[in-house]
Amino acid sequence: MTRVTAPFGRRTATVTARDEHGAYVALRCHDPGGPTPRAGQFYMLASAERWGGGDGERPFLPRAFSVLRARAGELQFLIEDVGPGTNRLSELGPGDGLAIVGPLGNGFAAPRENRLPLLVGGGVGIAPLVIWQDELGGEATALLGFRDQPHALGAALLTAATVATDDGSVGHHGLVTELLEDELDARGDEVEVYACGPPLMLEAVRELCSRHQVPAQLALESGMACGFGACFGCVVPTIDGYVRLCVDGPVLDAAKLDTALVAGAGH
Amino acid sequence: MTVDFCGIELVHPIINGSGTFDAIAAHRAFGDDLLERFPFAAFVSKTVTLEPRQGNPPPRLWEVAGGLMNSIGLPNKGLDGYLERDLPTLAALPVPLIVNVMGFSRDEVAHLVAAFSERPEVSALELNVSCPNVETGLVMGADPDETARLVRRVRPLTGKPLIVKLTPNASDVPKVAAAAEDAGADALSLINTLRGMALDPRTGKPWLGGVTGGVSGPAVRAIALAQVHAVAQVVEVPIVGMGGVQSGRDAQDLIGAGATLVAVGTESFRDPAAGGRVALELAELLANTVV
Repeated sequence: MTRVTAPFGRRTATVTARDEHGAYVALRCHDPGGPTPRAGQFYMLASAERWGGGDGERPFLPRAFSVLRARAGELQFLIEDVGPGTNRLSELGPGDGLAIVGPLGNGFAAPRENRLPLLVGGGVGIAPLVIWQDELGGEATALLGFRDQPHALGAALLTAATVATDDGSVGHHGLVTELLEDELDARGDEVEVYACGPPLMLEAVRELCSRHQVPAQLALESGMACGFGACFGCVVPTIDGYVRLCVDGPVLDAAKLDTALVAGAGH
Repeated sequence: MTVDFCGIELVHPIINGSGTFDAIAAHRAFGDDLLERFPFAAFVSKTVTLEPRQGNPPPRLWEVAGGLMNSIGLPNKGLDGYLERDLPTLAALPVPLIVNVMGFSRDEVAHLVAAFSERPEVSALELNVSCPNVETGLVMGADPDETARLVRRVRPLTGKPLIVKLTPNASDVPKVAAAAEDAGADALSLINTLRGMALDPRTGKPWLGGVTGGVSGPAVRAIALAQVHAVAQVVEVPIVGMGGVQSGRDAQDLIGAGATLVAVGTESFRDPAAGGRVALELAELLANTVV
């Protein structure tokens, strides 16, 4: 069971802490009315006050975020300020209201055939891997890719992560998928890959895992209006046709995909 | 606060706009909490076409100032798939079911209307003559004569209430409304989305996979109010008003302009329970209105 159902409707959680991790902000909030989500599930978030009136008179719709960490009555989300929605959310601090719907979607499933989980994350996409590493007991190997040093500070959210940066300022100078390829060459028959990150990274992960015949679960992103299957806006192509990422994902089995490049994602 | 709509008794005047709420997917997301707190007094299903449709290529969404633009392309399981897989589930909802249909020809619409006419689970039918993403829909609903021909063709095929959903992308919406009423429509619903477009800021090319899309949300509320008001001047049949409704006050405005029922659409994307909140706010407003 990788899905916990959400209470029907939007509720207001209260931000209790705002932790900076380099280029990212982790919002901690008190959500007494909600269940504990599964790793890989997501929430639709909006500020309870002043949602709108930013750049281009946006945001209007809530924004989808994988849960970063959770325990009874407390949720955490990882925000990178990249647009009017994330800009407003990243301003929130203790005492502010966070309008939430969730948990939504399907989370990660346990590894098949006693394989060892191998986590691969890129940028703000490390978020669902943090809670998944928590659920797995904190031992899972993690390979993380970031743009530069301020972003790489996010790696501290995971235990014992190996880091790659585009500019070489931290760890391996290059792509996280280069680290992944080395791992798959060495022990591809022992692992199952769990990945979340930008579309180009996910597509490279999908292709590598396909070539090495390694099972992989990919947490994808797509522009979403509702998060609960109403708008049909977030579809991604699979071998079975379009599926709605919000109700049939966001975690999809890589074997179901011909490509992890989602039109419009990352915008 | 019960309302009679074409002989169907509804517990309040708030329903959903077609294509803005999928009760089956919502049940997966929210479980039985959805059924216990079902937000609408009737459920309008997403458009059903004769054959299955995948819908338009993504991207399908673009956020606009005060709203949303979508180019979804009417994905659905087709008539047979709907009857077999969706109808049994939707029939178990705690509210009456209204089925929205669209065809690419009058014969297709007639086939759909006849098929649903036989189903006791269906309380009423809504004809989509207004979806701006599908060429034929736009042509039928944009022209009074085309609309009248379609309604006249399907009217004898069903005893169920027939709602014609009007497009705002027409030069004379009241004229189309009057033509639909003359041809036998039992009710009219409006507005559907307004045609719009966005360019990808990185490439300058159309952002939406379907090139153009339909604009909805509070950005279109004033237009909806004006069109409902104009249509109400020329028809006697009940009107389902919609367009950017976010509050009981917005619903009260549309009722004041001539609507019998009010549909909530895009606001459900922001809060799935918005319809129930709007119904409660409207009830409070009406209770406090001194007659």
